[in-house]
Amino acid sequence: MAEAASRKTMTEGEAGLVMAFSILALLALVGAAKAEDTAFAFHAYLTAAASVAVVFGIFNHYFDRPSDLPAQEIGGRPNYNFGPVKLAVALAMFWGIAGFLVGLWAALELAWPVLNFDLPWFNFGRIRPLHTSAVIFAFGGNVLIATSFYVVQKTCRVRIAGELAPWFVVLGYNFFIVIAGTGYLLGVTQSKEYAEPEWYADLWLTIVWVVYLLVFLATLVKRKEPHIFVANWFYLAFIVTIAVLHLGNNPALPVSVFGSKSYIAWGGVQDAMFQWWYGHNAVGFFLTAGFLAIMYYFVPKRAERPIYSYRLSIVHFWALIFLYIWAGPHHLHYTALPDWAQTLGMTFSIMLWMPSWGGMINGLMTLSGAWDKLRTDPVLRMLVVSVAFYGMATFEGPMMSVKIVNSLSHYTDWTIGHVHSGALGWVGFVSFGAIYCLVPWLWNRQLYSLKLVNWHFWIATIGIVFYITAMWVSGILQGLMWRAYTPVGFLEYSFIETVEAMHPFYAIRALGGALFLVGALIMAYNLWMTVRHGEATSASPSAALQPAE
Amino acid sequence: MSIWVKHQTLEKNSILLVIGILLVIAIGGIVEITPLFYLKSTIEKVEGMRPYTPLELAGRNIYVREGCYLCHSQMIRPLRDEVERYGHYSLAAESMFDHPFQWGSKRTGPDLARVGGKYSDEWHVTHLTDPRSIVPQSVMPGYRFLGDTDLDYHDIAGHLKTNRAIGVPYSDEEIEHAAADLRAQADPDDKGVDDFLKRYPKATVRVFDGKPGRITEMDALIAYLQMLGTLVDFKIYDDKADLR
Repeated sequence: MAEAASRKTMTEGEAGLVMAFSILALLALVGAAKAEDTAFAFHAYLTAAASVAVVFGIFNHYFDRPSDLPAQEIGGRPNYNFGPVKLAVALAMFWGIAGFLVGLWAALELAWPVLNFDLPWFNFGRIRPLHTSAVIFAFGGNVLIATSFYVVQKTCRVRIAGELAPWFVVLGYNFFIVIAGTGYLLGVTQSKEYAEPEWYADLWLTIVWVVYLLVFLATLVKRKEPHIFVANWFYLAFIVTIAVLHLGNNPALPVSVFGSKSYIAWGGVQDAMFQWWYGHNAVGFFLTAGFLAIMYYFVPKRAERPIYSYRLSIVHFWALIFLYIWAGPHHLHYTALPDWAQTLGMTFSIMLWMPSWGGMINGLMTLSGAWDKLRTDPVLRMLVVSVAFYGMATFEGPMMSVKIVNSLSHYTDWTIGHVHSGALGWVGFVSFGAIYCLVPWLWNRQLYSLKLVNWHFWIATIGIVFYITAMWVSGILQGLMWRAYTPVGFLEYSFIETVEAMHPFYAIRALGGALFLVGALIMAYNLWMTVRHGEATSASPSAALQPAE
Repeated sequence: MSIWVKHQTLEKNSILLVIGILLVIAIGGIVEITPLFYLKSTIEKVEGMRPYTPLELAGRNIYVREGCYLCHSQMIRPLRDEVERYGHYSLAAESMFDHPFQWGSKRTGPDLARVGGKYSDEWHVTHLTDPRSIVPQSVMPGYRFLGDTDLDYHDIAGHLKTNRAIGVPYSDEEIEHAAADLRAQADPDDKGVDDFLKRYPKATVRVFDGKPGRITEMDALIAYLQMLGTLVDFKIYDDKADLR
């Protein structure tokens, strides 16, 4: 069988990546040798090690694989590539738990400051960005990559574009996370909230993100379905807009190409506007559009009902992405940002309520005729409650963007509470729901235990309630104490008295966070048992409603 | 043809969909951001703003590195209680040389926009080293290690140069003497003090951390904190002239 077609050769992609990563490994070693600071040297060594590992991995894969590349179709059915999806799901769970744990630690530090240990690496100022990046970008990002790679294949009925490219996206993205996270602990930050990583991490993310867009787009282009499914519009808007935001917010000039420190090109008021144009739309496109895509695939799938209104999804898609971009200045009310910009930001934030609730209505009403499933299927319940939290947070947001409300809420824990009702309730629950669906589908198993999902749901829900109510009370209390006057016209409270008053709420908040973490640990155990011991079945969705024995 | 039918063009063409998304998301940012670069009213005209001295800049970088902005804002809003608690509301001009801005978004601790001169250097050293020794109810982490760590300023001229490249008006002379100026500001006995004060009039020269003969990260951070909000002279600032 010595046919020419079956002679094994390296693909252009394999050879190109081997070349690129060999060069990167050499460059990284040069960088490590000439490094201006230890953090940069550490990251350079990490890069060199990772590059060598990639080169080794590609050769290993090459020697192991058959001479022909995997078929696009087998027996007329698409030969889906779920390997990168599986990896991203596993990494999402890992980072999720790590991120919740660091969040809990940060919360405990605020209640009991001795837990900072007065060591540079564990101080609140360094682990807070570690927490936010771990949950948003590491957990959320892996969930988005995993689900987008799954959904785009399924809804286009084709194998994902590229063989190594999807792996590059997952691994490259997670390498970015490692560089960013270790950087924070070592004090490498450009201090722009949710965009803290320094210039070299930003450059690397740009490369990964462009490949992500190309993989996603190329899969759409070769689709077998005439229409692009609605979830993919949201994924596409998320990927494209995050690219634009990342490039707009991060142009920086490094002091040395061999050092970690850079100075951002924008200054003062312009930098503030760029930052919150980015910051709010990281919420709008990363944490909203991307996760709405998840809603649009997984809720109808799990409920076995069509999306409530196709026209509503068209209207709210375009309205949402148009309006969100304007909302940034509401983070800068009453600051030195010109009033006209603040007013624009507030106006568009209020208008944003409508498309947000359009999405919520479309998600919730998809349950029409299937509401009874909420009683028996805790996974669907998690998905539906996430949409309810989305509705709540997207009402609270516009309200807090009203200047008079913002004058009270800004700088207080109310903002933290608001963010977490969105992050824990909406992003967290919709991700958990999607992963509970995905793992049995991907590994062709039955979910190990629906009872444990039920436990996860209730423990996490109670945790969220503790968290957000504590933050509402502490935020409004602190806001009111700051502006309280005595009858003779003096400020009633010194600042430190308001800090002291926060203590019980910080303790309650930490308890809420701990419960949320416990829920996630139950989930990880459940998924582990599903993959390891769950019985292989033909994975029909209705069978998944029966608890496995 | 109804709009729903027309929309199918986008639903069937991924490239058109990408272009559509790009156009729709571009508008808001363009309208809100670009005018900030050319409307003259964006940044007020004030007397007294100058770039940071090398020591202050190094201190600011420590402020950024430790994530101080996560609990301390530097932006006083024009509200009665804030103006009474912290001082004159912040002006855009006061952060015109800030790359990046440090306005913050949360006040777990008080605003620091005008903390300069409010407390003594000794207070800052004690407070940064062990916050609860001076404010028992504080939840601030301790930064003892700042006082134990020598400031790394081997490339401070490079820092000034980078700042100039992105628009901060450092002169050639200031860049050339950056390291000498840094040492001079932390040591009143240094022979370069007079030259330093010529380049940065009204800057303060002190042993900020109380330990002569050694320039620590504590020196730099306190030098930065002690100048915050002190540059603009509000006795001569006309807030009516900048109504916008």
